[in-house]
Amino acid sequence: MSTPPTRPSGSPDPSDPLSGFNPLEPPPGLDPTPSAAVAPPVDPRLLVRQEGLRGYVDEFKRKVRGGELGSLPVVIGLIIIWLIFSLQNSQYFSAANAEFIVYYMVGLGMLATGLVFVLLLGEIDLSVGSVSGLAAAIYAVLSVEHHWNAWLAVIVTLLAGMAIGGAQGWIFAKIGVPAFVVTLAGFLAWQGVMLWLLGSTGTINLEPKALNALFSGNSYFLGGDVAGAYILAGIAVVGFGASGFLEQRRRRTAGVPARPTGELVARTVVLAIGAFLVAWILNRASGVPNNAVIFLALLVICDFVLRRTTYGRKVFAVGGNIEASRRAGISVPMVRISVYAISGTFAALGGLAIAATTNAAGQAGADPNNLMMAIAAAVIGGTSLFGGRGRVWSALLGILVIESINAGLFMLGLTLDIQYMITGGVLLAAVVVDSLSRRTQKSSGRA
Amino acid sequence: MTDPVAGSYASALADGEPVLALRGVSKRFGAVQALTDVELEVHAGEVVALVGDNGAGKSTLVKSIAGVHTIDDGQIVWEGRPVSIHRPQDSQHLGIATVYQDLALADNLDVVANLFLGRELTTHGTLDEVAMEKRAQELLDTLSIRIPSVRIPVASLSGGQRQVVAIARSLIGDPKVVILDEPTAALGVEQTAQVLDLVERLRGRDLGVILISHNMVDVAAVADTVAVLRLGRNNGTFPMAGTTQETIIAAITGATDNAVTRRAARATWPRAEGEA
Ligand SMILES: Nc1ncnc2c1ncn2[C@@H]1O[C@H](COP(=O)(O)OP(=O)(O)OP(=O)(O)O)[C@@H](O)[C@H]1O
Ligand SMILES: [Mg+2]
Repeated sequence: MSTPPTRPSGSPDPSDPLSGFNPLEPPPGLDPTPSAAVAPPVDPRLLVRQEGLRGYVDEFKRKVRGGELGSLPVVIGLIIIWLIFSLQNSQYFSAANAEFIVYYMVGLGMLATGLVFVLLLGEIDLSVGSVSGLAAAIYAVLSVEHHWNAWLAVIVTLLAGMAIGGAQGWIFAKIGVPAFVVTLAGFLAWQGVMLWLLGSTGTINLEPKALNALFSGNSYFLGGDVAGAYILAGIAVVGFGASGFLEQRRRRTAGVPARPTGELVARTVVLAIGAFLVAWILNRASGVPNNAVIFLALLVICDFVLRRTTYGRKVFAVGGNIEASRRAGISVPMVRISVYAISGTFAALGGLAIAATTNAAGQAGADPNNLMMAIAAAVIGGTSLFGGRGRVWSALLGILVIESINAGLFMLGLTLDIQYMITGGVLLAAVVVDSLSRRTQKSSGRA
Repeated sequence: MTDPVAGSYASALADGEPVLALRGVSKRFGAVQALTDVELEVHAGEVVALVGDNGAGKSTLVKSIAGVHTIDDGQIVWEGRPVSIHRPQDSQHLGIATVYQDLALADNLDVVANLFLGRELTTHGTLDEVAMEKRAQELLDTLSIRIPSVRIPVASLSGGQRQVVAIARSLIGDPKVVILDEPTAALGVEQTAQVLDLVERLRGRDLGVILISHNMVDVAAVADTVAVLRLGRNNGTFPMAGTTQETIIAAITGATDNAVTRRAARATWPRAEGEA
């Protein structure tokens, strides 16, 4: 039997740059300052959170009042939207419609995910719609007209998206042209390139190969087997719960404040209910579409990158204070260029996903409406237009709102004019909520 | 008052070579000649107070050393060899840590993230939040500042709390020279004393310190040398011991003849044992 190796406590970690010299520790010759020895008393004005569920509820109320709305307005909005449409049409509250929403949200959701990175910098990318259309055209020309290997065509298409985004980011970061103008030029130019590529026919039909097959409407996780959806839900719940408890243990051993167990259990249970409910609903239709699986996996990766890596920290820092970031030794141009490259890559990926829904790359690929929907989704989901605040999950929440509305309007047979007006109204509402919550946060010292 | 580190401090001065020296540094902003032929020397274990009226060019000098501005003319000499500092990274890599007058913190990030910005601790390529938080708490405790939680955004801190965060930030890493641009401007009595203690501890560790302050009492309390800037030019360098406040104030305001004050300064050199 072997016992797990234990780290000798108290020995300095050689990889820790701070373990050696500490300018704050008095040198051997000096008397230690008394203040260093006694921990300062806790500020009595600080509202300390109580342990347990009660404390969680109190903290939640305080956050809402302070303008930290988080996902709350979106979730409430979603429920209202679902209620309204269900009352109008009983077909709306069906598994088939849920499947429809989940399947059609992915393309725009990917555009929105790339935009979250850009919005975190406090910038905008108006070119994502055109880049997505262009990407579909590039893929179609390479794979169909030039008979390239489909996966190779996918890779080249994604690289093209990355290069386009990177180039726009370079012009913005290095030459100093406002991002709004650079990407507005891109909005027009890339649409032009797309039309030129598609040629006189205007539409190229795709073959169900490679990524296009995975993104298509009859591709389901594990072939639509009932177990597939539950396996995915199980992975999500176990992953979420395990990472929560592991972190709690790490923090407790290090002696820094940790989330109470009750809260972790509550969060995991809420997620479990949600995940298995969604799995059950989708199983009553055909299962989880593969494009949604890819989308969720990408969201998990992006969330990890933004919250757990130095790169993500740099993105937030540049979004919060450019000069402070520069002085901290962060290369602001590199962050900007890379973020636009990420946005371009997601635009290309979204373009492939959108094209797969119709199995064709056509002139409608660069529909300017796609751009507005993607921006709306990111903002509605709770990523601030002012930079420095937001999460990639807002792309998912926001696009759920948008697609729920679209599906409802489609079902009610409302025409495009009404659709545009309603989507515009929702975007405006989201921006107003963002601005108001920023104001409240400022006055309560949180922005 | 006896200074327990006077011995090591004196020996550091004796070997002569400054850690950081500016030779004839000039900096223009459009039509404003902010710095003209400025000379400055900092030795290991020496606290140099940089004083001067508002707009004298102190912050510009600091930012030139820190790599926020690049100098137009002159030389920055680090440990005897000329170096070029074009970006903040260059200065940090040399071992210069700077606390700016305009604090430069990211409001949306919490205290821990700000302290470690650009120097995050990582394990297996991911941020080691636990180690950073622990370390941040220790650092702030030493500065005896009350911050509600190291996990709240910097935006919700008071001016003085932000200042202490900025000071603590400069101590992460392994600096050889620490530059503090008006570090006590927004601080309470207790925290000011803590920062002055800190400056003495840094000197005790044989670090070079450049301290900018308008408060002559603070300057007199910790500085070994006082360098005066006036209208972007040197206006005398005085050893703190044996120099009266009147002399320094005269140099700041330009009310006396420069040659006379420099002569007076030379007459009292080398510096007497013990502090003024
Ligand atoms: N970025 C800039 N662009 C143009 N002029 C500048 C800039 N920074 C400083 N200056 C000018 O340089 C001169 C010196 O300014 P600086 O901030 O260095 O003064 P200071 O000695 O730090 O003053 P204070 O004691 O008020 O902080 C001033 O005339 C100021 O107007
Ligand atoms: Mg200044």
